[in-house]
Amino acid sequence: MYRKDGTSYFIVDAHVALWDARPENQRNIHGKQFIDCFYDYHRNLSPEAEVWSYEDYLYQGGQRLMKDLFEDGYVDHAIFQPAQLGEFYYKGFGQTDEASELARAHPDKLTYNHNFDPRNGEAGLDQLRDDARRFGLKGVKLYTAEWHGDSRGWRLDDPWAYRYFEACRELGIRNIHVHKGPTIRPLDRDAFDVADIDHVASDFTDLNFIVEHCGLPRLEDFCWIATQEPNVHAGLAVAMPFIHTRPKYFGQIMGELLYWIGEDRIQFSSDYAIWTPRWLVEAFVDFQIPAELDEYAPITTDQKRKILGLNAAKMYDIPVPAELQIPSADEPAVGPRGADNLVEA
Amino acid sequence: MDREILRDAILHALGAVIDPELDEPITDLGFVHTVDVDPSGDVEVHLRLPTSFCAPNFAYLMASDAKDVLTALDWVNRVVVELDDHHDSELINKGLAADAGYRGTFGHEAEENLDELRVTFQRKAHTAAMERCLTALLKADPQRPVEALGEVRLRDLPPGTATSSLLRRRRDIGLSTAPYDLVMVDHLGNGYAPDDVPLMLRRARSTRISIDGNAHFCRGLLRTRYPESDQEQQRTLVGRNARS
Repeated sequence: MYRKDGTSYFIVDAHVALWDARPENQRNIHGKQFIDCFYDYHRNLSPEAEVWSYEDYLYQGGQRLMKDLFEDGYVDHAIFQPAQLGEFYYKGFGQTDEASELARAHPDKLTYNHNFDPRNGEAGLDQLRDDARRFGLKGVKLYTAEWHGDSRGWRLDDPWAYRYFEACRELGIRNIHVHKGPTIRPLDRDAFDVADIDHVASDFTDLNFIVEHCGLPRLEDFCWIATQEPNVHAGLAVAMPFIHTRPKYFGQIMGELLYWIGEDRIQFSSDYAIWTPRWLVEAFVDFQIPAELDEYAPITTDQKRKILGLNAAKMYDIPVPAELQIPSADEPAVGPRGADNLVEA
Repeated sequence: MDREILRDAILHALGAVIDPELDEPITDLGFVHTVDVDPSGDVEVHLRLPTSFCAPNFAYLMASDAKDVLTALDWVNRVVVELDDHHDSELINKGLAADAGYRGTFGHEAEENLDELRVTFQRKAHTAAMERCLTALLKADPQRPVEALGEVRLRDLPPGTATSSLLRRRRDIGLSTAPYDLVMVDHLGNGYAPDDVPLMLRRARSTRISIDGNAHFCRGLLRTRYPESDQEQQRTLVGRNARS
């Protein structure tokens, strides 16, 4: 819980990881390249006082995670969204056992989502059924740029992916978090294309599709799809830290999201351990859209409260004290809904 | 000719190579790491990108375009273009050295070519350039009804970089640049009904924000990855023929 100026903010960090990128876990050069890429994101977008050493960055462990999120970070509940990256790391990147045991020990604070890869065919479907039971899954994290033998990516509208979504439906896995990485297949087309989300969201209207980093670097394509699909949501992983380095750009992202998809479908996350939640929560509560961007309406305190926690809590049935609840906005289910100031742009 | 003149000629040629996603020349983005050229006309250029995981199709496009523009110079003899520190460096550099082409380089991962990819991003660049021009008109005259932007002609735009940039991007996608042409058009040159204009402007704005935001982030990441590139983004390169 974070309190400022008499307002309480219930905080759900909807995208966190417990990773191990230490050299002994790196299967090849790509394991190093991958964590180095994350570390550059971290160094590039963090305030100076929040930059970790490279050593600290390679592995945090459960104890440090609990401290960074819940003691220092104001977080009430966090959701693990692990990436497998089996081709880069011997034991995988996200640490399944450690994270899921931590979630089992702290069910009030942590939810464990797992992942699947439709290229694993029938065996993977069986595995998904086992995992759903073992972890009590409410959600999964999918990384479409995962390498797998000869294949370096997949699409959500692949026929096998549909088999897995049908299984999700049957297993009560409602929340599909999608991370669009640089998918190499098909190489002829845009590696960050989000069109497959459009197809799958139309065909599985009873599932929620949370697109992480709100489709960045294809914010415009994401907004256009999300405005037409009531079950597509925006995750703010990677978008959040721009609040510090580039507040104007962050204001534009927020302005666009509020306009195209509205205040009820945006979820905060720190993307721990790429960044830590404490400074992001503080900065977001203090944030206002810069005056020069007068084409956007100001962000209200209630919108911030929804984004910081209430939206994700609702999706995951995380109990929120009654006095902190806010009703949904009276907005259309599809089409642009934000207050708009186009004429004065 | 001395080396400096040759190097500047190489850089000038590389200035025609555009990062399709960011709509800027690779020389401005700091992606040209080194240029080595000797008086016999042998050239070696190394490129580098903000992360190891930048999309390999864009990486290949820029590297192969770089090789093409250099090979086209009549005084140039042997051309080597290499991409450094990328997860597909080995594959791409081997393909470039052998002039294997896109399909020869990527094998089963490549279907036909990258033409459609290039066109997709040329269209986005046009959309963003159009939005910049129209939003500037709105800012200059806030009383102007948004719907009326659908009637603005090219000749109504004030001279300047935003307008010349729009004209260039229209030519890139095969649109006419006659004075009476409408500014707000789709990639085929069709205008919009007044009722559709506000939404289309909003959509174009999200495209412009996206391209600008990505370009800024990529520049920042390049500086973080290669700290010395901070000065280089003005100076353009280091290496044997570096500018002193």
